Amino acid sequence: MSKIRVVHYINQFFGQIGGEEKADHKPEAREGLVGPGMAFQASFKDKAEIVGTVICGDSYFNENIEAATEELLKMIEEFKPDLFIAGPAFNAGRYGMACGSIAASVKEKLGIPVLTGMYKENPGADSFKSKVYIVSTRDSAAGMRDAIKLMAPLALKLALGEPIGTADEEGYIPTGIRVNLFEEKRGSERAVEMLLKKLKGEEYTTEFPMPDFDRVEPSPAVKDITKAKIALVTSGGIVPKGNPDRIESSSASKYAKYDIEGVEDLTAEEYETAHGGYDPVYANQDADRVLPVDVLREYEKEGKIGKLHRYFYTTTGNGTSVANSKKFAISIAKDLVADGVDAVILTST
Amino acid sequence: MVKEIERAGIPVVHICTVVPISQTVGANRIVPAVAIPHPLGEPSQPAQKEKEIRRKLIDKALEALATEISEQTVFE
Repeated sequence: MSKIRVVHYINQFFGQIGGEEKADHKPEAREGLVGPGMAFQASFKDKAEIVGTVICGDSYFNENIEAATEELLKMIEEFKPDLFIAGPAFNAGRYGMACGSIAASVKEKLGIPVLTGMYKENPGADSFKSKVYIVSTRDSAAGMRDAIKLMAPLALKLALGEPIGTADEEGYIPTGIRVNLFEEKRGSERAVEMLLKKLKGEEYTTEFPMPDFDRVEPSPAVKDITKAKIALVTSGGIVPKGNPDRIESSSASKYAKYDIEGVEDLTAEEYETAHGGYDPVYANQDADRVLPVDVLREYEKEGKIGKLHRYFYTTTGNGTSVANSKKFAISIAKDLVADGVDAVILTST
Repeated sequence: MVKEIERAGIPVVHICTVVPISQTVGANRIVPAVAIPHPLGEPSQPAQKEKEIRRKLIDKALEALATEISEQTVFE
């Protein structure tokens, strides 16, 4: 049997083109394998061959989803692949969105099996888990070996059309698709067993986990915006120069609150970004590009808004866990309510 | 963060570039921004023009805050 032809998608970082300063790198195709492709190839042995690698910058993809997808699809198709692998993206949000999005498009448009991998909190996981198989990985590239150990065999199974086991068995994030199967014990027995375990306070596994729809109802609109007190909050990491509270450049463990009484404009001399997940040049030149204090001051004077709240709140959203973000925001919200803030503008990079 | 602030009863408008992420996370009022490293700026433009772009985005954000909605809404 001839080898399975594989095309691999990676970002500018794993493509060894560069870091954030190259995140706007346009789609590019290369013959053979690049970067993490080497470990996949080693794991495939002679069953499959990575015939081509397509590379795209994370910002370019996410800012031009349609155009980037179209360009990449063309490049991928030219390699005549039997199988498409994207990533793994770990907890890199833009990379995860790109991997999920391009994998879903390849599956739909080229009709071949696809696989990607990422950390369960990556926004790409929630967005694409029902469309493509996403192997659950650790949150950083330190988990590359473990990820490939799960991804490579699952990819081969998909390419060969072999039956795919459950999410637990194969290590992918549950897709929400149910499969009929025969159990040895009938339902009533299993239900009673579960109930007994529950009553004894023992561990048991439900057969029907409730989906987690964590949605918040929209708050009522602001009645009169010209009287409203508006606060600025950002995950873009804007801080006074020198980052006095040492907010981490990624995986933040804290947020900070800064007084902007009397500040008309965020200047390069006094403000910068602490965020390590995007090219900081533009925010360092003029932090208003992320936290628009200048325009809101102007609007305050013109009476277009009531008041710009005296403090802004900031953290870095780069790889920061959902649990931490939630904790920060609960505490920020408490402050805002106590200070009588009517509405919030939250900016993200 | 958007959700927890909104849960406290304060309307939030999320200005961000990657709208699908904001939708997945569950922001209710969303205004698409310019680019990831400069959501409210356009460094390729002269300062005056750039500020005009920022004003337009803020106008959109204020409009979003003043609009009653019943579901996730993107204010283009």
